[in-house]
Amino acid sequence: MTTDLTRATAAELADLLGAGATSSREVTQALLDRTAAVDGAVHSYLHVDADGALAAADDIDRRRAAGESLHALAGVPIAVKDVLTTRGLPTTCGSRILEGWVPPYDATLVTRLRAAGLPILGKTNMDEFAMGSSTEHSAYGPSRNPWDLERIPGGSGGGSSSVVASFQAPLAIGTDTGGSIRQPAAVTGTVGCKPTYGGVSRYGLVALASSLDQAGPCSRTVLDSALLHEVIGGHDPMDSTSIDAPVPPVVEAARRADVAGMRIGIVKELTGEGFQAGVQARFDEAVQHLVDAGAEVVEVSCPSFTYALAAYYLILPSEASSNLAKFDAMRYGLRVAPDGVDAPSAEQVMAATRDAGFGDEVKRRIILGTYALSSGYYDAYYGSAQKVRRLIADDFAKAFESADVLVSPTAPTTAFRLGDKLDDPMAMYLNDIATIPANLAGIPGLSVPSGLADEDGLPAGFQVLAPAMADDRLYSVGAALEARLTAVWGGPILGRAPELTEVSR
Amino acid sequence: MTTTTAEPTLSFDDALAAYDPAMGLEVHVELGTNTKMFCGCPTEFGAEPNTQVCPVCLGLPGALPVVNEVAVESAIRIGLALNCSIAPWCRFARKNYFYPDMPKNFQTSQYDEPIAVDGYLDVELEDGSTYRVEIERAHMEEDTGKSLHVGGSTGRIHGATHSLVDYNRAGIPLIEIVTKPILGTRERAPEVAKAYVATLRDLLKALEVSDVKMEQGSMRCDVNLSLSPAGAGTLGTRTETKNVNSLRSVERAVRYEVGRHAAILAGGGSITQETRHWHEDTGITTSGRVKSDAEDYRYFPEPDLVPVAPSEEAIEALRATLPEPPAERRKRLQAEWGYGDLEMRDVMNAGLVDLIGATVAAGASPTAARKWWSGEIARRANGEGVDVPTYASRLGVTPAHVVELEGLVTAGRLNDSMARQAWEGVLDGEGTPTEVADARGLELVQDTGALEAAVDAVIAGNPDVADKIRDGKVQAVGALIGQVMREMKGQADAAAARQLILARLGQS
Repeated sequence: MTTDLTRATAAELADLLGAGATSSREVTQALLDRTAAVDGAVHSYLHVDADGALAAADDIDRRRAAGESLHALAGVPIAVKDVLTTRGLPTTCGSRILEGWVPPYDATLVTRLRAAGLPILGKTNMDEFAMGSSTEHSAYGPSRNPWDLERIPGGSGGGSSSVVASFQAPLAIGTDTGGSIRQPAAVTGTVGCKPTYGGVSRYGLVALASSLDQAGPCSRTVLDSALLHEVIGGHDPMDSTSIDAPVPPVVEAARRADVAGMRIGIVKELTGEGFQAGVQARFDEAVQHLVDAGAEVVEVSCPSFTYALAAYYLILPSEASSNLAKFDAMRYGLRVAPDGVDAPSAEQVMAATRDAGFGDEVKRRIILGTYALSSGYYDAYYGSAQKVRRLIADDFAKAFESADVLVSPTAPTTAFRLGDKLDDPMAMYLNDIATIPANLAGIPGLSVPSGLADEDGLPAGFQVLAPAMADDRLYSVGAALEARLTAVWGGPILGRAPELTEVSR
Repeated sequence: MTTTTAEPTLSFDDALAAYDPAMGLEVHVELGTNTKMFCGCPTEFGAEPNTQVCPVCLGLPGALPVVNEVAVESAIRIGLALNCSIAPWCRFARKNYFYPDMPKNFQTSQYDEPIAVDGYLDVELEDGSTYRVEIERAHMEEDTGKSLHVGGSTGRIHGATHSLVDYNRAGIPLIEIVTKPILGTRERAPEVAKAYVATLRDLLKALEVSDVKMEQGSMRCDVNLSLSPAGAGTLGTRTETKNVNSLRSVERAVRYEVGRHAAILAGGGSITQETRHWHEDTGITTSGRVKSDAEDYRYFPEPDLVPVAPSEEAIEALRATLPEPPAERRKRLQAEWGYGDLEMRDVMNAGLVDLIGATVAAGASPTAARKWWSGEIARRANGEGVDVPTYASRLGVTPAHVVELEGLVTAGRLNDSMARQAWEGVLDGEGTPTEVADARGLELVQDTGALEAAVDAVIAGNPDVADKIRDGKVQAVGALIGQVMREMKGQADAAAARQLILARLGQS
């Protein structure tokens, strides 16, 4: 056959597999070959499990041959962010402190992937413990943007965005605490969805900030994300914060791509100043496309968003400082003996290990969070931040009275150069200005490509936000926009990315 | 090295002459749930180390807690039994600190939103008076693992070459019950402390929420104590003596700390706010960890759990399951059974209440029930180092045996001494009272001719006594009955003998 299996979408692969036109082994092998060819340059993966993926593929092929009824995505390979536990596969969270740790259990989401028959290709790179917007904080070196290898692929999920953008996998799992699925999608010309908080189980997701973390799909098309969303979503009794309700009809919404009569709210605070001109221009065009497709545009104001970043950088470090306390060398992971101490105490080993095992950004946030939770400061910092969080949720609730979905550019800029913002944490944090409010309020958000910015020819992202448990609306809008833009572009946006094999080193 | 030598103490009386003690008692109770607080691991005591663990209670990366509903119900029942208000909405909180036996380096507990607040427990003291201990709060939390320090002489961390950690206990549900300051107890402070813990233990046992075994650590008491100048009405600096694990130790620890504080204060010193270790063997406390202002647990609401919000109906349904409070039950039973205060206390102390209750329910008189369960069998049980109910169930001796034995006496087949022999036979495993009586030939002689002959012979042999009785000194009959019984070799019915003697001497 002539189809390039690595370029096929998950939906196309599912059709080919279902029709017997290819096998899961053939697809998996093609993707592994692609990884062998390009991942030296892109560095999407921290760990590739060729044997495991091929074994899973063979198993699916065997079961398909035996006439077993299989999940639609059975046999379609996937990459998983290294922050999710995988039985028998290393899970490092991009940190030295977990180097060599092999979890004895699967995250619920991974269990569901395995049950649906998706071979797991490997674990993708990320900023250490998901703290960052560039993957430059990975202890194992950054991932690179397939559009320009000198640029960041976004973060923290830059491994998952670049792995689908570089055609090493049609699907990947990301996690989004303040934009770690959506911002990487935006800067790599891919699609990523942060579901409603509680929509996908967090069991086995190594927590950064428990009240903000949410796992979700990464892909090259809106329909592929919807298909994956449906596999991983739904109630899990192992996660108390998981919502006990059916997954919203995301696949149906993605297939219908219908926005007729839908009220699209433009968030005043998330456009204009601070947004790169080319990003803003693509956003404005995208809104016009939706209007052309029958949507109505309204402007909404969310005044409390001004404080979102400040609140986020109190709540996240506070929870992280506690969540990361377990990494103490006592039970698993790195263990470092302190220098020059003859018979070190457990406490001394803990301190030496945490000093050696955590990177600067992680330490920065642990210190911030420890301070914010300290007695005497709690009310002023953590307490105030929780109040802001409530105000932001109120802003959203009010905005959703006049709009069915809210839209904004996903990130203020296109991909910046590696190293550009490494020494300026505030500049790095500002990347998530448009994505953070959704995490604070627990609502779902999706990023779809809006085109290439004129000034640098790099992808920009269009963000859609919906009320909690109305994830299907994201897919309606995303798919409608994708259909129109793809027609305008004459094909998927990634078709315009440079050929990696030509530039790989 | 910590010091293990005793510090100077003032005598208890001297201490009280100058100071008023104030106490606060914190009791940790391990709930008897089948599974842990936040995971499905079993909670059995004494299993091989680290065999009752999973990703959740080991705090593995990514694992999440799920609240044990039975533990929440137990907590609510405890709160209700302590006359507390139950919070309609409360949350868990993380208590952050590093320790190797704490898998997550935070303990999931409750902080400013406990499940139960503002209750009381009435405690009966030895003189029969009641002291009301006010309850500040009862909250839910998880236990930590257990560190075992190897190589040192005393099992303590000092001098140990290495430590082992057993995480089987990590995540076992605990309820912490905290009193408000216990004031005005003066010289009765040690007694009040002990009586409170004892009363609480009985209550928790009646609730069937815990096996409350202090020696196994399923109930542990921390004693906070401070002294203030007598009559000043202020609160002094406190110490917290941890893990005082028997009722007697609670009393001793309070007494010791009163004396120790008093000696320091009387010498012009000041008390260091610190935790103290209780040494059961020597009866002293030694300095533990200094509690400074720097200690900060950075509590914040546990984001991995949703709030606990029991409905009014659910709370009332649980209230309906509460057993009669032990103190009220005791008063009621004492009245029903007609026991004196001393008798009732002996029965309580011997743990016989349930056994006597069952025996009475089976048809025995309260008097007989108390008599047979507290005599010979108590002596034997004591010799075996167990309580009577345990011993009885080991022997297979049941309330029905007591009912049967009493029946034999009432029916006139056995007199008291024969009944004792029959009971001994039962305890020796010779069968039921009837079987023992049959086998040992225990039977009152019903032959009136033989009795009449014996009575006549005894009257003839004791003319002086017989005259006295004729003159109305009826109480002298006892001497004659004794002789008749000897004549009859114990096989006579004493009551019948008495009746016959009095009739012969014109006194019936």
